[in-house]
Amino acid sequence: MNIVLALVIGAAFGAVLDRIGATNPNWIIRMLSLRNLHLMKTILLAIGTGSILMFGGQMLGLVDVMHMSVKTAYVGVFIGGLMLGAGWAASGYCPGTGVCAAASGRKDGLFFIAGGLLGAAAYMVTYPTWRASGLLDKLAGGKVTLGSVPGAKYDGLMAVSGDLLGIVLGVVFVLVAFVLPERLVGDGPAPVAAE
Amino acid sequence: MVLNWKTGGVLLGFVFFLAVLLVKPIGVSTQFVILDAIVADAVNPELITQTEDGAYTSTNEYLAKSKGKYAKNASNPLNYSFVFVIAMMLGAFLSAMARGGISKEERKLPAIWYANYGDTPMKRYAVAFLGGFIVLYGARLAGGCTSGHMMSGMMQTSLSGYIFAAGAFAAAVPVAMMMYRKEA
Repeated sequence: MNIVLALVIGAAFGAVLDRIGATNPNWIIRMLSLRNLHLMKTILLAIGTGSILMFGGQMLGLVDVMHMSVKTAYVGVFIGGLMLGAGWAASGYCPGTGVCAAASGRKDGLFFIAGGLLGAAAYMVTYPTWRASGLLDKLAGGKVTLGSVPGAKYDGLMAVSGDLLGIVLGVVFVLVAFVLPERLVGDGPAPVAAE
Repeated sequence: MVLNWKTGGVLLGFVFFLAVLLVKPIGVSTQFVILDAIVADAVNPELITQTEDGAYTSTNEYLAKSKGKYAKNASNPLNYSFVFVIAMMLGAFLSAMARGGISKEERKLPAIWYANYGDTPMKRYAVAFLGGFIVLYGARLAGGCTSGHMMSGMMQTSLSGYIFAAGAFAAAVPVAMMMYRKEA
């Protein structure tokens, strides 16, 4: 059953990434160089939509709170984020979109995957050094959400209702998606090249 | 042509919701480690071992952490998260084919690269390789990538998702602006 769900949800995810332009390095770089924020608006709307549906569903008792999976906060999250960001901008790919791009025929996607496998292997080997450095030590409680979500196994950073806060933040993401201009840098209409 | 952001955003958000409703939040980058471990264990079967009580462990500290969950998944590749990534590739391939496929030029070199660096595919592939290296090294250091930390994380209001997104954009925007001065 789980494998069927993996096939269905995975295929849907890959197909949607393809249709929104996320697997296309041109759209990623247009977004990251702030010349065309169309993809940014898509992503913000998606986070908002997902958040409202999930927390709304939890409040109505339709979504199992135990399905939440919150990752630990530590200094390395920020450092790793910086590294990922630099590589994301240079290559135009992140892990998920890179494998999708390679699957849809982009040659540079294959090189991205090869580099990625080597990078992941390098981290496996150097992991003990990072752990010893203390940069992987929990920050602000580690696995925490911004508010306290009723019934969740995670602590809240603030003593406010976590599911209500989730819906409010979801609405904020949606609003930002609407008010964000198409272009922040450069003049003229935002660039949209052919496929 | 890409989907209008309103349609695309709602669809993407719905997929993220579906994942958490039915199974668990979406994540991708761990599977690079799993594939590495599958290959490494095939070369050196001593890497991943099973103790008498059935638990998995590894001589590699990273694979052995969290009660050997990575070691276990690498020994059983037919698990949800690994199949999910294979299915993603299949979904993206079918979707790209259904809209007529990606042009020969784009498959060789993205337009933005061509506009900035001309017809230099080898240079592009080297940058994609190096980019892949630091993206996955960074993602494993952070404990997640754009899918797991940024999208799934921020959607769940997790603190780590916000920390990750701040780091990712703080580096990505200046690098994109410096490397790609010409638009396309």
